[in-house]
Amino acid sequence: MSQQRVIVVGGGLAGLAASARVAEGGMSVDLFSLVPVKRSHSVCAQGGINACNEVARQQGYSEYEHFDETIYGGDFLADQHPVLEMANWAPRIIDLLDRMGVPFNRTSEGYRDLRLFGGSLFKRTHFAGATTGQQLIYALDEQVRRYESEGKVTKYEFWEFLAPVIENGRCVGIVAQDMRTMQIRAFRADAVVMATGGCGLVFGKSTNSIICNGAAAARCFRHGAWYANPEMIQVHPTAIPGADKLRLMSESARGEGGRVWVPRAKGDTRDPKNIPEAERWYFLEEKYPKYGNIVPRDIATREIFDVCVNMGLGVNGEKQVYLDLTHKPRDYLDRKLGGILEIYEKFVGDDPRDTPMRIFPAVHYSMGGLWTTHTKGSYTPAQPRAKHVSGATAPLDSRPGQGLAPGATNNMMTNIRGLYAFGEVNFAYHGANRLGANALLSCIFDGLFCGVSVLNYVKDEEPAKAPAADMPAGAFDASVDREQQAMKRLLATVSGAKPDTLTNPYAIGKELGDEMTAACTVVRTKARLEQCRVKLAELKDRYAKARLPDNAGWGNQSLGYARMVGDMLALADAISLGALERRESRGAHYRSDYTERDDANFMKTSLAKHANAGVTLEFVPIDDTLIAPTARTYGKTDAKAPAAS
Amino acid sequence: MEKTAAANRTVRLRIKRCDGPGKPSRWEEFRVPIEPGSNVISCLQAVAANPVTVEGTQTTPVVWDSGCLEEVCGACTMVINGKVRQSCSCLIDDYVTGNDDVITLEPMSRFPVVRDLWVDRARMFHNLKRIKAWVPLDGTYNLGPGPREDAATAERRYVLSTCMTCGCCLEACPQFDLEPDPATWDTSFVGAQVFGQAQLFNDHATSRQHAGERLDVLMGPGGINDCGNAQNCVQVCPKHIPLTQAIGAIGRAATIHAFVRFFRG
Ligand SMILES: Cc1cc2nc3c(=O)[nH]c(=O)nc-3n(C[C@H](O)[C@H](O)[C@H](O)COP(=O)(O)OP(=O)(O)OC[C@H]3O[C@@H](n4cnc5c(N)ncnc54)[C@H](O)[C@@H]3O)c2cc1C
Ligand code: SF4
Ligand code: SF4
Ligand code: FES
Repeated sequence: MSQQRVIVVGGGLAGLAASARVAEGGMSVDLFSLVPVKRSHSVCAQGGINACNEVARQQGYSEYEHFDETIYGGDFLADQHPVLEMANWAPRIIDLLDRMGVPFNRTSEGYRDLRLFGGSLFKRTHFAGATTGQQLIYALDEQVRRYESEGKVTKYEFWEFLAPVIENGRCVGIVAQDMRTMQIRAFRADAVVMATGGCGLVFGKSTNSIICNGAAAARCFRHGAWYANPEMIQVHPTAIPGADKLRLMSESARGEGGRVWVPRAKGDTRDPKNIPEAERWYFLEEKYPKYGNIVPRDIATREIFDVCVNMGLGVNGEKQVYLDLTHKPRDYLDRKLGGILEIYEKFVGDDPRDTPMRIFPAVHYSMGGLWTTHTKGSYTPAQPRAKHVSGATAPLDSRPGQGLAPGATNNMMTNIRGLYAFGEVNFAYHGANRLGANALLSCIFDGLFCGVSVLNYVKDEEPAKAPAADMPAGAFDASVDREQQAMKRLLATVSGAKPDTLTNPYAIGKELGDEMTAACTVVRTKARLEQCRVKLAELKDRYAKARLPDNAGWGNQSLGYARMVGDMLALADAISLGALERRESRGAHYRSDYTERDDANFMKTSLAKHANAGVTLEFVPIDDTLIAPTARTYGKTDAKAPAAS
Repeated sequence: MEKTAAANRTVRLRIKRCDGPGKPSRWEEFRVPIEPGSNVISCLQAVAANPVTVEGTQTTPVVWDSGCLEEVCGACTMVINGKVRQSCSCLIDDYVTGNDDVITLEPMSRFPVVRDLWVDRARMFHNLKRIKAWVPLDGTYNLGPGPREDAATAERRYVLSTCMTCGCCLEACPQFDLEPDPATWDTSFVGAQVFGQAQLFNDHATSRQHAGERLDVLMGPGGINDCGNAQNCVQVCPKHIPLTQAIGAIGRAATIHAFVRFFRG
């Protein structure tokens, strides 16, 4: 029989973990990425990765509490079984990364150091300096390089995924383009794993890398894959405003004692160091005495937005608040936060050890993504449990297989047979809001745990009977032909005339980002979303007439950009439609015209489907059989407005 | 630090362009509006959206490589005013203070140009294979934690491990030449990045077992003997990796290794 192969699209943490696991299982892997995999967006993650650990455990923490926090943090929108399995595996994943040589920060005795992160009262976040994501991806990159040198993994770097090849409802390969030679060709595979990350670029400027455009997911969506909870976009409370990017100021700045404040008096333009304590408003500490500055992201974001936009109390009347670390000793800050403080210094020019940083919220993470399914594990209580009391004895141990059935072939498979989605590109773990330091975990968990599912699918199901390598060429040739036609059509628009904003793809892309940021981020309303959808229709019209500035047959980046704008428009359609139809507030999704969570109608996954007529949306029930929903308040007390002056 | 910018301030980017391998290079100049906080990438984005030279000629958008935009992926490395560095962290105000001043952008010269400012650094990744830059893991099964490590070792390894394969140290090195043909890569000079990575893995309790093999490679053609100790590398490394220390450590280990190998026969 022909050699069976698996394609992994994306070489971030999820894609690399999947590649390593599949290669280890003895199957050949073809790994595709827009950039050399080592440069994937995962390098940006700063703060850390969560897992129950011995110290926290002895203080009363458990994998079960990690699970409970994640469900609660996600405002009860996530299907619960996959989250349970992920939390149970977390400590094992940390051990594995440790064996791979990740230089985790160490205590004086040589154990892995831990820090506090949003959404938990326990120290359960493992970290490596201020570049945890970089360190984790390098460790996995090294393991995959080892498999590459043994001939088990073949890398296609600077290759862009254009479309899945689907034959009789089954994914049997992909079409991709070499970004240098511009060659378009089909690759056959018995299973395809999408691990293409998030979609920050749909919002123009975000904390994401510039390559996080969501186009790969959109292409699957346009070919029939369902897209779930598109409206769930996390806006990070603390980013540094910038001309090309909104650079993240990690949550660890709050975890290590950073305090968020504004001057109590409107228009107080004094140097922050000269403003006495009594004249500063630490609004998070005042409103949330229990969690203080480490309330979860959506809450912090909305409070900062409220203070600046509604109360007009932003620093110097602008959209910015102080994030203050100056009360901490310099050497402590250098040791714990050196790298991220350097970023601020480098891009702003101020030393945050002396001067409070100025920050404002920015689009950061997509909880929504390609819809995936799974097989539940063995834990099926008669009734959902009440919310776990923090520090109480866990009702379950952390044995594998209670949340998900290990190796079940449909774990994280999309609605298209043989097409999987791992990492940020799926919707599976974070519900309506992701807790800090849970994303790296979900990416690696998907790759390692569900990598086995991919192997089993290829060995035991359709591909075993009808390998992709033996299929007739028709479907592959047709897909290549379609993509070539699309490319030719775009290249034919090049005229050499001066670009005008109506048809310039870069202008269309920028307007898309501005519109999505204005209408679909922190506060959403029916009226504004409807206006946004009118604007999207206009942009689609203009896009159909877009004119490219370059028809080169070599290294043509404008072609890639223009093609991607079309795909981002499709995702924007789904995001705005989800935001419009979800008439409640939940997690990151806040509707000022429906401020309450509405479990009866909307504790449901929103499912977007792409048809010729456009995007449709429906709400489908979730798996809430493990924990009963409670109000997600994080112990908020009614805060007093600041003293008027 | 207050940066006051005149309204309507511009900068001129003088860019060395090339349409592809084997094609001639040419210079083109673009005028771009700037604001405080503008950097080379935001200017290149403006050029892409409106690729018209200062002479008013319509041209193609300049091609460049980038990713993180926060100096952690290494993609956007290029030569700016004659010095190699990341373009995303290159604030315009740090380079020019006046109005309509010129900044020059060139691709790195020690790697083959793909197009314009985009170069192909595959050789750097290839070199990581040569020295087995990984921990030889038994597999992904659950086997408990890794070796316990004291905080000082972890910190030392962390710094080495922040190397983002950007190539600055190689661009600045007098010994590291352009090698477009992969057939020569196994014998041409590896450069400082590889010494840093070899040291990273030789310092790890599990990966140390490959130390001898790494030293064998680094004592062969293109290894430690080709380093002229010019120390340019350490001065340009954006991550402040102690490259000369690593070169020294590898050199000493190589001497001992050669000695032992000699007596073992
Ligand atoms: C600034 C920042 C800080 C963060 N900090 C943390 C943190 O501390 N802890 C935490 O848990 N999470 C954090 N996150 C979130 C986390 O980093 C991401 O969710 C995670 O890294 C995503 O990994 P991934 O493997 O899914 O995708 P990515 O790392 O984004 O990789 C995507 C891959 O897909 C490839 N790709 C994309 N499109 C195509 C295409 N069309 N064709 C071919 N290849 C394609 C890319 O080349 C890349 O290799 C942070 C995020 C940001 C933005
Ligand atoms: S010390 Fe060696 S590696 Fe560094 S620049 Fe000089 S010759 Fe190159
Ligand atoms: S050692 Fe420094 S300069 Fe050299 S590739 Fe690594 S980060 Fe870049
Ligand atoms: S874009 Fe990543 S280093 Fe500049």
